[in-house]
Amino acid sequence: MKKSVVFGALTVAGLAAGAAAAGTLDDVKARGKLNCGVTTGLVGFAAPDANGEWMGFDVGVCRAVAAAVLGDPKAVEFVPTTGKTRFTALASGEIDMLARNTTWTFSRDVDLKFTFVGVNYYDGQGFMVPKELGVSSAKELDGATVCIQTGTTTELNLADFFRSNNISYEPVPIETNAEAQQQYLAGACDVYTTDASGLAATRATFEDPSAHVLLPEIISKEPLGPLVRHGDDNWGDVVRWSLNALITAEELGVTSANIGEMAAGTNNPEINRLLGTEGNLGEMLGLSADWGKNAVMAGGNYGELFEGNIGESTPIGLARGLNAQWTDGGLIYSPPFR
Amino acid sequence: MSDQNNNSIAFVATETIPESPPPARETGVVKWMRENLFSSIPNSILTIVALLLIYSVLKNTLPWIFNGLWTTSSLAECREILDGTTGACFSVLTERWNQLIYGFKYPVDEYWRPNVAFVLMLVAIAPVLFFDLPRKLLIFTALYPFVAFWLIWGGTILAPLVALVGFVAAGAFFQKFGRNNFALGFFGAVVIALIIWALGGAMIPEGASDSALLPAVPSRDLGGFMLNMMLGLTCVSLSVPLGIALALGRQSDMPLIKGICVVFIEFVRGVPLITLLFVASVMLSYFFPPDATVDLFLRVVIMITLFSAAYIAEVVRGGLAALPKGQYEAADSLGLDYPQAMRLIILPQALKISIPGIVNVAVGLFKDTTLVSVISMFDLVGMIRGPILASTEWNGVYWELFGFAAALFFVVCYGISQYSQWLERKLHKGH
Repeated sequence: MKKSVVFGALTVAGLAAGAAAAGTLDDVKARGKLNCGVTTGLVGFAAPDANGEWMGFDVGVCRAVAAAVLGDPKAVEFVPTTGKTRFTALASGEIDMLARNTTWTFSRDVDLKFTFVGVNYYDGQGFMVPKELGVSSAKELDGATVCIQTGTTTELNLADFFRSNNISYEPVPIETNAEAQQQYLAGACDVYTTDASGLAATRATFEDPSAHVLLPEIISKEPLGPLVRHGDDNWGDVVRWSLNALITAEELGVTSANIGEMAAGTNNPEINRLLGTEGNLGEMLGLSADWGKNAVMAGGNYGELFEGNIGESTPIGLARGLNAQWTDGGLIYSPPFR
Repeated sequence: MSDQNNNSIAFVATETIPESPPPARETGVVKWMRENLFSSIPNSILTIVALLLIYSVLKNTLPWIFNGLWTTSSLAECREILDGTTGACFSVLTERWNQLIYGFKYPVDEYWRPNVAFVLMLVAIAPVLFFDLPRKLLIFTALYPFVAFWLIWGGTILAPLVALVGFVAAGAFFQKFGRNNFALGFFGAVVIALIIWALGGAMIPEGASDSALLPAVPSRDLGGFMLNMMLGLTCVSLSVPLGIALALGRQSDMPLIKGICVVFIEFVRGVPLITLLFVASVMLSYFFPPDATVDLFLRVVIMITLFSAAYIAEVVRGGLAALPKGQYEAADSLGLDYPQAMRLIILPQALKISIPGIVNVAVGLFKDTTLVSVISMFDLVGMIRGPILASTEWNGVYWELFGFAAALFFVVCYGISQYSQWLERKLHKGH
């Protein structure tokens, strides 16, 4: 509790310092670059490739916002942050937005004074065990040793889960996901627990993935999404609706392949409003009329980003699951463009 | 005598007995093994156990190394080709070597600049390390920081030039006035340097870096082992003089100076380096407006320098304390004033005693530069832990990458330690 008070105080200090400056949107336009906070490296979500280009699912959100605001998906300065530095970087104004697989929680939203503008990935905490352990449910894990990343929400969820099921466990604290993989493979722990997407990505790198199983229990809700500072609603709207544009584009069947002809005008008024051929949505946001088109063209719509970075055709191989469109039984849902 | 020989002795050899080979157990390999490996039963047991250990280690590592793959494009491809047999996947090194050395954002076309800076560095530190070289070379050493700054960061050449002019003017002032009045010379030099930097900085035209000969590279784009080398070299060369000054300050009779030095040293030694780095990277940005922050590289250099200076100060203080009191009194009785006594008599001896300690701090500092990876700077370890292990191609390669990092650090650290032993032998006067 004490920690969050300190963080909160720092955030207020940061806000007070930032309040003197103009709106973030104007700052970004004047600078000609979007400062976007990302992770220092998480498979599929954000990592630089061999040429030093940032790639990944969260990176795609940054590029879409940059394209919407500045018209150029390359006009992004990626600022790598660790789990410890991410919130101070955002609060101090070093970055304009944070897209770093960050769980939307009450205290982060209210106490740390951030605005989560939406959810780009619905995750949940799961368990991975070696097949030879013969376990089929997390409730059979009484007395197991569990590899757990310290300082994350997963640590607290784990304690809650085992306590409410009245079973015991022995935690093996580890620092990073890479360390966890080694510890788990070396047999230092029976179980590895983290977000299900992380587990799937980790399992995909094993020499023999079929020797490990993911248990069916998902013990927490981890809605991951981009966030901005409290107090600049204009900028929050820009990021929120850039994300929504990607989601709506998928829902309406607008892809990076057919967006050229769609932008010439269609019979669907919502597509026209999204792509700026009808109405003045861009003007309301303080952006150009083709902002939505630029956002989608940056890396494709939500579904394309998903499939290209973490979907079933990639080594990570995540199914859409909860992250399918609401029309397909998932939770991905954007308010209408009207 | 000859008579006796003839009568009383039946046989006299007339020629020397031909040399016979020494017994097998007293010669060659056998002797060496008997004396060194099997001299007693416990030693024999230890030898056999050690051989078994070495065998079991090599049995696993040698095939791993020699069977290693160098040309695949991902870990999955490595595993496919190896097909269950043991073998390393060194391809990650061949594909990402440039990221490991230069970081992932340093422009590829500009790699020659750090390379040239590295070669020049060897030239620049040579006269500092080896006293036999001509002293004229020290001029180049003094110019090197500005050349290296210009090469690595690029941008307008005016910035390092202004810095250089400031230092030269300050030095000249100190030469002229510092002889007679140290305080006037020192503080006057500081003021002059600050004035020149302020004026020069204001005169550099806005946007001069855009059209510069060498394109500017921001500090955030530095990375890899280059970053470790830069941090290590800068911080060691800054913290040794600072540490000596602190050690002398701590021994001073003036209460204010002594107090400041003691508080500083004890404070810095009482705080972990990682805390200082967090302060440098996170907290300081709260105290500056968002656009006017001090460069992150500079912040980290300041923190690491202060940290190691405190340790070096204590090492040097040990050297000063080890000198017999007679040396101080001898200096006084010769009529030398304080700077002369320190420069000519005390420090040469005290520093000689402190060499192992200073080198120890320097090696430790060089390895501590990997801590910057926790504040999301991509040094060698940061590159491995972050971007490379997080790429879909190479997620899961550990031994090859960390082995490479260990090898690079070992080469440098072992070199430093060998140099310090050579230096100790050379300075040994045999008393």
